[in-house]
Amino acid sequence: MQSGLRFWAAGFAVLLAAAPTIAAETAPKRGGTLTYMIPADAPPSFDGHREGTFATLHAAAPFYSVLIRVNPENPSSTTDFACDVCTEVPKPTNEGRTYTFKIRDGIKFHDGSPLTAYDVKASWEHIIFPPEGVLSPRRSWYTMVDRIEAPDPATVVFRLKFGTSAFIPALADPFTFIYQKANLDKDPHWYEKNIMGSGPFKFVAYETGQAIKGVRNPDYYRKGLPYLDGFHGIYAAKQATRIDAIRSDRAALEFRGLAPAGREELVKALGDKLTVQASDWNCGSLVQFNHKKKPFDDARVRRALTLAIDRWHGAQALSKIANVRTVGGIVFPGSPLAATKEELEQIAGYWPDLAKSRTEAKRLLKEAGAEGLSFELLVRAVDQPYKTVGIWLVDEWSKVGLKVTQRVVPTGPYLESQRSGNFEVYSGANCHGVPNPLLDVQPYLPKSYYTGNYGNFEDPQLVATYEKMLRETDFAKQRALMRDFEKTVIDGPTHTLYLLWWYRIVPHQSYVKGWKISPSHYINQDLAMVWLDK
Amino acid sequence: MYRYIINRVLLVFPTLAGAATLVFILMRLVPGDICLVRLGGGGTSFTAQALATCHAEIGINEPWILQYLNFLWGLVSFDFGNSMWSGKPVIVEIATRFPISLEVGLLAMILSVAIAIPLGTISALKQNTWIDLAVRSFSIAGLATPSFWLGIMSILIVLDVTQALTGTPWMPPIDYVPLWQDPIRNLSMVMLPAITIGYRYAAVSMRMTRSAMLEVLREDYIRTARAKGLINRLVINRHALKNALLPVVTVIGIEFAFLLGGLVVTEQVFNLNGIGRLMVLSVQNQDYTLTQALVILVVAFAILVNLLVDLLYAWFDPRIRLA
Amino acid sequence: MTVAAPTPTGISALADDYSLAPRGIFAISYDFLRRQPIGAIGIVLVLIFGLAGIFADWIAPYSPTANDFAVMTEAPNWAHWLGTDQLGRDLLSRILFGARTAFIVGLTAALLGGFSGLVIGVSSAYFGGQIDLWLQRVVDIVIAFPLIIMALAVVSIFGTGLQNVIMAITIPLIPRCARIVRSSALAIREVPYVDAARALGYGHMRIILCHMVPNVMGPFLVIITAFVGQAILAEAALSYLGLGVQEPVPAWGLMLQGGAEEYATTAPWIAVFPGLAIMLTVFGINLFGDSLRDVLDPKLRDR
Repeated sequence: MQSGLRFWAAGFAVLLAAAPTIAAETAPKRGGTLTYMIPADAPPSFDGHREGTFATLHAAAPFYSVLIRVNPENPSSTTDFACDVCTEVPKPTNEGRTYTFKIRDGIKFHDGSPLTAYDVKASWEHIIFPPEGVLSPRRSWYTMVDRIEAPDPATVVFRLKFGTSAFIPALADPFTFIYQKANLDKDPHWYEKNIMGSGPFKFVAYETGQAIKGVRNPDYYRKGLPYLDGFHGIYAAKQATRIDAIRSDRAALEFRGLAPAGREELVKALGDKLTVQASDWNCGSLVQFNHKKKPFDDARVRRALTLAIDRWHGAQALSKIANVRTVGGIVFPGSPLAATKEELEQIAGYWPDLAKSRTEAKRLLKEAGAEGLSFELLVRAVDQPYKTVGIWLVDEWSKVGLKVTQRVVPTGPYLESQRSGNFEVYSGANCHGVPNPLLDVQPYLPKSYYTGNYGNFEDPQLVATYEKMLRETDFAKQRALMRDFEKTVIDGPTHTLYLLWWYRIVPHQSYVKGWKISPSHYINQDLAMVWLDK
Repeated sequence: MYRYIINRVLLVFPTLAGAATLVFILMRLVPGDICLVRLGGGGTSFTAQALATCHAEIGINEPWILQYLNFLWGLVSFDFGNSMWSGKPVIVEIATRFPISLEVGLLAMILSVAIAIPLGTISALKQNTWIDLAVRSFSIAGLATPSFWLGIMSILIVLDVTQALTGTPWMPPIDYVPLWQDPIRNLSMVMLPAITIGYRYAAVSMRMTRSAMLEVLREDYIRTARAKGLINRLVINRHALKNALLPVVTVIGIEFAFLLGGLVVTEQVFNLNGIGRLMVLSVQNQDYTLTQALVILVVAFAILVNLLVDLLYAWFDPRIRLA
Repeated sequence: MTVAAPTPTGISALADDYSLAPRGIFAISYDFLRRQPIGAIGIVLVLIFGLAGIFADWIAPYSPTANDFAVMTEAPNWAHWLGTDQLGRDLLSRILFGARTAFIVGLTAALLGGFSGLVIGVSSAYFGGQIDLWLQRVVDIVIAFPLIIMALAVVSIFGTGLQNVIMAITIPLIPRCARIVRSSALAIREVPYVDAARALGYGHMRIILCHMVPNVMGPFLVIITAFVGQAILAEAALSYLGLGVQEPVPAWGLMLQGGAEEYATTAPWIAVFPGLAIMLTVFGINLFGDSLRDVLDPKLRDR
């Protein structure tokens, strides 16, 4: 009995001793200005509905609220969604076709006017049913929406044409800022030149091409937030500048991701003062063929090209020098719909026996009469990881006798070459926000379904599989359909080659707390929970 | 003299018009256009209709000749239009970035003059001694070093040295504040880039000073002055330097004229939000109006500075002034 | 750049200087080396890198484009004398082959640019009048035109690749050469023997080729040597901006762009050696050019 008491007393004492440390670790401090960098050049505008670049998001997300979003406490999850302006994420009714959201009370825009369901409805209609002349690049994600209703100032109802599990993740897209109905009615282009939101920070100033500043919103509806007094986002397109800036504490971090070499340098220079967060990234490198150019109209040649690549060892080596790491199929590796390692190893290009792969590749090339083929790989002039991946590909393909040269061009001519079919093979990437595999795999569908696919092929079977999968309610069946879909895309007819999934490495000064990394550099950027421990 | 000035001034206009036409044609020859970059640059897909809307909004699908005439008219009436990328007036976009480029350029020029003229003179006076050799090697090294490599190395050296000496590494600020707002922060940002550019600038000026001084020192009137018993220092200052300075000033001026266009690489290395970086961006984005305006600006700057230098030269060289 | 008054010199000046009897080219070269030790150093440097480029296939220990993931970013050691870059490629081999690219780019751009400039400059000076006026306007425009926009446009229209890079570098060199050559040629135009030649009925071509061109050879040779160095530096700058030669072609500027900044602290040899190679080569070229100018321009010669 006595020893038991002593045990409990000792335990209690330890707990008491540890308590201040634990408390100090978890109690956020208010105050301070976060200086961070945005690894890009200034975007055309800060209108989230119109733009698709993180250059807009990293600057403007702190000023706005959204309807629902990935839970900021658990941003790595692909299924945990939480409300921002709504009260709770509803379960669908009416066979999955109706979602009714209740809007919180007491939310105000930065000019004092209240945020109601009418504003939510107007914003979403601006995204899904934009008026003539207004651009909304992610419209195609919401083809399932029939109409939006706002029966009263606190309720928004989404009526869908068909039920699908892809809807909620799509709704959680971080670009879907809530705008004021009054401004949208006045001028649907208003937000291209102005910032007026209801988010945790108020807009202060934007120095053209240089930096954006925001200050705490004292009337933010989440009491106690934000912890920061303000933020200062500086545009810095060059990676070396960013690494040096973090090293010398000119800025605390950048939110997109640095190359492994940057991490090594910073760890070496800062040691304990640096924290590194890393995560799989919902982006991957791929290779697309122009099915109209010989010999890439021949499935054997395409299959040979994927068999030639050693993904397993390549991933290991490249992960040391580029932002790539995980070998996977077309579905985000962390998602339940993704292929397991065993399933992957059945797919051409992922066979564990490299020699067998390459022999088969050479055989296919010979059969198709394309031995020693030489062609041009169209590459976009962006460093990480495109160029490194490009060099790797050229080397891998040389191992089956192919002579490949790279044609590296800036963005404009790159896109133009794709659209006009003026390419043989191009290397690109597929990058998305919230991992939503059902929508994320749309780019592999032929042009008749997805206008951004420049492969110049048709495959009605593939489209049928996709449509079925999108509407499938039974998870096991949906997964089987996804395996089928995947096999058609990167094996069999091999319309596309999938290479490697990217890896996001965000080193930051240790005094920055409250930000958790996620698979997408678009998520969790409103900075409401970030605080500075200094 | 006046005929000369008027002639030179009149020639500015066809040159500017030629440059404007050249950039107009070049930009439109590049495949793709700004709408593609705006819509597709983020990796999202877009419909043909979206592209058409964008084209109509910006006015790219009008026939070239119409666009050209609009452009020329805009030049004449000083209305350079709006940037196709951001929608803001081109003047605003350029005006926010011009000060820092100008500052770096001026500072580089001051630094280089401060180094080049004394060193070049000494080098000429002590021709073929080891001082001369050292200075010449120093200047040739300046011409041989890639400026961006020098910039990268200088940032790293400063970081490493400050970390070794004080424990915390120091880097110039990455965001710009104007000189009057915070002079120390402003200068600490432009100092390293100015030194990087200034080194090459100084090298060119140094060599010119040396060769001009050498030429002048061989002149008969110098020999006469020495024969008359004048102290060497007076000989140099009163007679030699004054006459040698003319070609030196010319070279410094010419280098400055082309400095603006040459800042591109340095601004990339030091993350300066200046004209050079704007040029790269505007061409990458295929922002026709902005690129056209920038080219006009840079060419006009170069021509005007050249003109000033020539006029200066003509004024100080009596052979031309009195012609 | 200085506009030196024309001197009726050329290679003949060397001969004048050293003896009365004409001598062979070897004798002249030997004397040059003896009298201009600086120039000798320059030539030696240039020869080292030039020969390295020519014989790279035989002396390079590894292929410059073979990735070797087992030896990524290794410091200089016995297997790889200058270390390896982030893809495991041997730096020494890449620098040797890079010398080849550098000289191909440098010499081609310099010669193409130089000769085009020579033609334009001399014609402009010779014909004078309206032709001169408008040619010089074009020259002014191209000189003032920002190089970066020209290079970006060339690359966007024609793509990257060695020929296009050479084109992008040559274009700005042409008017600079034309301007200098024109100043030299202008002075010669007034010289009596040109008038005499016209009076005798010699055609334009003959006068240009036989009388004017030989007399601008002095400044022209100096310009060409300067251009080689400038072209190599321009290739480096363009590669840094991503507009130059593309991977995996070994080129010094490209090596600086790829590895330099990312690995500058963790693997400095990746940045240092290509930078040194560029510096030493251009340094050597400039030294040689300086001595050449000293020799050809008697006013700067030593007493």
